[in-house]
Amino acid sequence: MTLPETVLHPAAIIEELKKNQFTHVVWLPDSETNFLYQLLISEPSLDLVPVCREGETMAIAAGLWVGGKKPVVLIQNTGIFESGDSIRGLTLDVNQPLVLLIGYRGWSRHGITTDSAARFIEHILHAWGINYYLIETDEDAGRISVAAEEAQRLQKPVAVLVGSEFGT
Amino acid sequence: MIDNADAVRLLDSKRNGAVIVSTMTANNVRFGLPSITTDEKLDFPLTGCMGKASSIGLGIALAHPERKVMVMDGDGSLLTNLGTMVTLSNKAPQNLCHILFENGIYAVTGGQPVPGAGRADWQKMAAAAGYAATFSFGNLEDLTTGIDEVLAARGPVFMHLAIVPQIENTPLHLRQRARRNVQVAIRELPEALGSA
Repeated sequence: MTLPETVLHPAAIIEELKKNQFTHVVWLPDSETNFLYQLLISEPSLDLVPVCREGETMAIAAGLWVGGKKPVVLIQNTGIFESGDSIRGLTLDVNQPLVLLIGYRGWSRHGITTDSAARFIEHILHAWGINYYLIETDEDAGRISVAAEEAQRLQKPVAVLVGSEFGT
Repeated sequence: MIDNADAVRLLDSKRNGAVIVSTMTANNVRFGLPSITTDEKLDFPLTGCMGKASSIGLGIALAHPERKVMVMDGDGSLLTNLGTMVTLSNKAPQNLCHILFENGIYAVTGGQPVPGAGRADWQKMAAAAGYAATFSFGNLEDLTTGIDEVLAARGPVFMHLAIVPQIENTPLHLRQRARRNVQVAIRELPEALGSA
């Protein structure tokens, strides 16, 4: 019996970002993104904008969007909590069609997690009315395109929760 | 110290097609950019997201490297997002000028002192963070003399201004509102930038 592919490769993420013509990745690394980082810095179509704290990402993305660019935000779920006022006062208040790639630290398919960052994130997204999709394998990565299309169509932010560590 | 309106008026007169992102006292509807601007379609007035004016300015500067972007920031505002100074100097957009209106108080909440007022050295902080050029002015005469050098400097530029405190004590619900808010700017600025 063949086991299903259970790995999410960073190359699958990069392909989705290129396919959707994102121009900038505004980010702060989380615990699982080093493999992704190595690909990001060598991808010429994507300009990486590193920040010191996640709240900056929403405002930088707003400025890029106003300037005609198509940014994506890439941060950990803990960073979403930190970004709260920026998400409220900018992303939501100005109806920015922004895709948020969120590292789902603490995610467990078994329902038991000791990490409060995992326990709170979906509730917080619900409270803000931000729809979201979960990706765990290369096959799931296409949901980034779904999120991008939905964000543009509805003119509001849409999140993609990255539920697994990247494989090499 | 420099009167807020005088500083804004001088900067606006020198904008030469620059985008101006303004917040806090520099964005006051009575004595800030909204009542002084000569090119409001290129203004991004930020209210409701304290601390993030420089981050928005960075995004616009990266999107349009051919156009000067001026950020009129407040000291209380910048303190809530201090990491921006390193974020900004790390990406190093040459067209960005980050201007700090330091009045030492939270003007819109009644004039309470900001932490570190009178002690923190903003120009040294900016230089240590890695801005390409830093300036500081404490009077209008020196600012008028030096402004052309500031705006000609390769960025990112940081300019500190010592501003006369002007306290806003009017209850929130009675305050005059600017006609042009961030939602209007979001609609108008892309077209003004040619990126609509």
